[in-house]
Amino acid sequence: MGKISNQHIIDQLTVNFPEQFSAPTEPFGLLTLETTAVTINALLTYLKNDKELSFNYLTDITAVHYPEQENALGVVYHLHSLTNNVRIRVKVFIPVSNPTIPTATELWNGANWMERETFDFYGIQFIGHPDLRRILNVDDMTVFPMRKEFALEDPNRVDKKDFFFGR
Amino acid sequence: MSDINLVEAPAGVEGSGFFATSLEKVIGMARANSLWPLPFATSCCGIEFMATMGSHYDFSRFGSERPSFSPRQADLLMVMGTIAKKMAPVLKQVYIQMAEPRWVIAVGACASSGGIFDTYSVLQGIDEIIPVDVYVPGCPPRPEAIINGFNKIQDLVRSESLRRRDSPEYSELLAKYGIQ
Repeated sequence: MGKISNQHIIDQLTVNFPEQFSAPTEPFGLLTLETTAVTINALLTYLKNDKELSFNYLTDITAVHYPEQENALGVVYHLHSLTNNVRIRVKVFIPVSNPTIPTATELWNGANWMERETFDFYGIQFIGHPDLRRILNVDDMTVFPMRKEFALEDPNRVDKKDFFFGR
Repeated sequence: MSDINLVEAPAGVEGSGFFATSLEKVIGMARANSLWPLPFATSCCGIEFMATMGSHYDFSRFGSERPSFSPRQADLLMVMGTIAKKMAPVLKQVYIQMAEPRWVIAVGACASSGGIFDTYSVLQGIDEIIPVDVYVPGCPPRPEAIINGFNKIQDLVRSESLRRRDSPEYSELLAKYGIQ
């Protein structure tokens, strides 16, 4: 257990960001809350710079795609307070038609490559990112492969066609 | 001590003090028994190749005593392992840097067809970017299979016409892959 309880973090956030994040949950004890693209930068800034909470370590930025949702793309931030030994997960859901969110590179330089990876696989536009281009996939790739509408399989593959199996 | 086997002379006319055969056969024999391979090993098939190169299987006994880690002096490109799409231009560049005559062997399921990695990031067989002479099946293939594949390459080399690399068919084959 960390030095501060999840309830204490929730209380602090409720005071500073009233009505600006959804009801927090704690799956497996990991404090998880959802906010909006408008609030996220202020929220991260507060979590990082607050003297007591001090979530100074950015563990990961990634994304999820839920095609059936209205705001289908979820950007997920994992923060770790090294002094309090406590973690928090912040989610932001944005629409596929306008997948924009402010960058976190001004807070953590380490966010640079994480955001590039998230852009590479999900096409999330991080506004203000200094160098938002593909990082892992080939440069001339035109799709965002982890989005559900793109087939996981390579379209050039012919040896798995039904024809070869008598179907 | 095992008996030392020498390569048999090609068919020809023999008499006292002379032996006549065609130049093509002699060159084919020489090339087949001194193929310098360039191992392009990216994953587990590469580990099997290391076993093949080791003293037990002793790959060098076929004349591949010198694995060439520069493409310029290599005769045979051995691609062993999964080739990601990002690796594809590198592999193609290596192939282009090799001097003629050059042969390619695709070792293992991944190099031959993408194997289990039927996914957006993996090349579905190196024959999408360079021409391949021999495919070795297996995941990964045992050293015996790699040696068998190498022997098939030797058969190709031994019987290849000296004019093949100058033929319009060969230029056409390379042009299909966008190679001059």
